[in-house]
Formats: sequence, structure tokens, C-alpha cells
Amino acid sequence: MHEVGIIQNALAMAVEEAQKQKAGRIVRMEMRIGRMSGVVSDALRFAFEVVSQGTLAEGATLEITEAPVSCRCRACQHDFEPAPDNLLCPECGASDFELRRGREIELASLDVS
Amino acid sequence: MEVNQSIFARNDRMAEQNRGFFKAKKLLVLNVLSSPGSGKTTLLERMGTDLAGRLRMGVIVGDLATDNDARRLRTRGLPVIQIATGTLCHLDAAMVQQAMEKMPLDQMDLLVIENVGNLVCPASFDLGEKIRVVLLSSTEGEDKPLKYPPIFQSAHVVLVTKMDMAQAAGFDRETALNNIRRVAPQAAVMEISSKTGAGMDAWYSHLSSQRPA
Repeated sequence: MHEVGIIQNALAMAVEEAQKQKAGRIVRMEMRIGRMSGVVSDALRFAFEVVSQGTLAEGATLEITEAPVSCRCRACQHDFEPAPDNLLCPECGASDFELRRGREIELASLDVS
Repeated sequence: MEVNQSIFARNDRMAEQNRGFFKAKKLLVLNVLSSPGSGKTTLLERMGTDLAGRLRMGVIVGDLATDNDARRLRTRGLPVIQIATGTLCHLDAAMVQQAMEKMPLDQMDLLVIENVGNLVCPASFDLGEKIRVVLLSSTEGEDKPLKYPPIFQSAHVVLVTKMDMAQAAGFDRETALNNIRRVAPQAAVMEISSKTGAGMDAWYSHLSSQRPA
């Protein structure tokens, strides 16, 4: 599990952005986590509480938006949200797809004051 | 305010640097991933022996601690750099960049990066490899791909290892292959035994076909 490392990176990015805005505090931080990223939201929240102490983000709310998985079948161009254990195209059964969304781990937005 | 930046932006940038560098050196690079004990090091030992005289191979190996794997591989005469990651559960592009500075890359055709044994975290870290190889051993159960979809989903090749043990382990081959196909339809799947050598020729042909021109 590298949720602590992910939060450290996200915090560093957030603090950098906040400093650019000459903000004194980060009040809210939103992360976008793809359902196929392998990241556990609860572990992120726990890590955030610990890692944010003594930073501009201490006491901030961490919001986690889960991003769905989205695939496009290269055979029939059908867009579908696959079940985690079945990535075959539900329309034509082909196995050749492009993963368009679902692996992202992003710092989505910030509120500062 | 909107930020919309990937947490892995820095790693992804460095991985792309690595990829460009490897391409310029005409080096084929593999990132080998599996749970601990699926036969990564044994596979590399076998490859080192079989490919001697055909492909000049070097290895970067990551583990939390010890250089046991590096010592095993060095006895085969391969150039090996061990990265002890401490408590870190995966290799990242920067670690590979540092390690490869110590390798005789100009005298190599194939660089194999043996990642930390872990089916979760290494999936997120691009190292700049051309081929991502995920191992599933016949002794660890047919449903591993269903339990850990992201890592299998990211594979270019899935090697089903320890096929010589399959019968003793009660390995349900059809179910395992079907599970891999469902979760990772994009991957080329090969069944091998590093012990007996079964299936290794198909794997070596695949490697040859992927070599940079």
C-alpha cells in the first residue's frame, strides 16, 4: 500500500498551489480516484489525517471522488463501464479495448483561504 | 480552484524519459511483476542461462531488503544492480534511472527489471518499460486475476509459471486462463516452467519479435 506516498505527493502539489495563490490555509482538498487505480479511499483518508498535520492543510476536509471505469471497444466502438472482473465488450464480446478512464489518481481541486 | 494534476505526473515524466533513453540505446526493457514467490528470480535465472550468446541481458532487482536475489543472478554471470527499497512497496522511474547509471547498457540488449513482489502498488508506476510482464504461478490459485484486476489489466504479457507443479497443486488451467482473458484480454498469455524449460521457446520468440530494430 502506498497511500501515504500518494497523499504526500498530493499534499506537496496542494501546498505549492496554495502558496502560488498566497493563501494561508487549505480548507478543502478534492482528489479524483479511478476505480481501477488500486487505491483504497479509506486508507487515503487515514493517511491524510496523519500527513497533513503541521502543514497548510491541517484540519482541511479531504473529499474523494471516485471516477468510474470507461472502456471503448476497438471492434464495435461501443463505450462501456466494465465489471471489475470482466473487461470483454458486452455488445460484441471482443477483447480489444481502450481504457479511457478509471486509472487516474489526481488532485482535482482545492479551496484555500 | 481547479488543479486536475495527476499524482504520478512526476513519475510518468521520468518514465517517458527512460523510455526515450532505452529506445535510443536499442534496449528492450521488461518490468516483471508478481506476488512474492511466483518465480520471478527463477525465471530470470533460466533466461540468463538460455539466452547466453543470443541476447546480452542485465537485471535490476528490487526488494525491501537483502541482496539475495542479486547474488543468485550474479552466479549466472549477469550484470545485476540490486535496489533495496527499504519499506517502499514498489520501484519508481527515478530509482530505475539511478540504478541504470551503474549498468553497462551499451553492452546489453535486454534489461529486465524485477519489481518488488506485490500485486497492488507496482501497477501504478510506469518505469519506462516496453513490456510489462505479470506472473501468475500455478500454485497460487486460479482466481488471482479476479482479486487483483489492475495489475493484470496493465500487463502486456501474462506468464503462467510453475506449470510443472500444476497437477500437484490441483491447478484448474481452463479456469485460470479464462480468468486472465476476462480481466486482461489485451495480454499475450504463455504457460511456462522455468524448471523444465517447457514453454520457454514461445516466450523467447515473443521477446525477439519485440526487439527494437
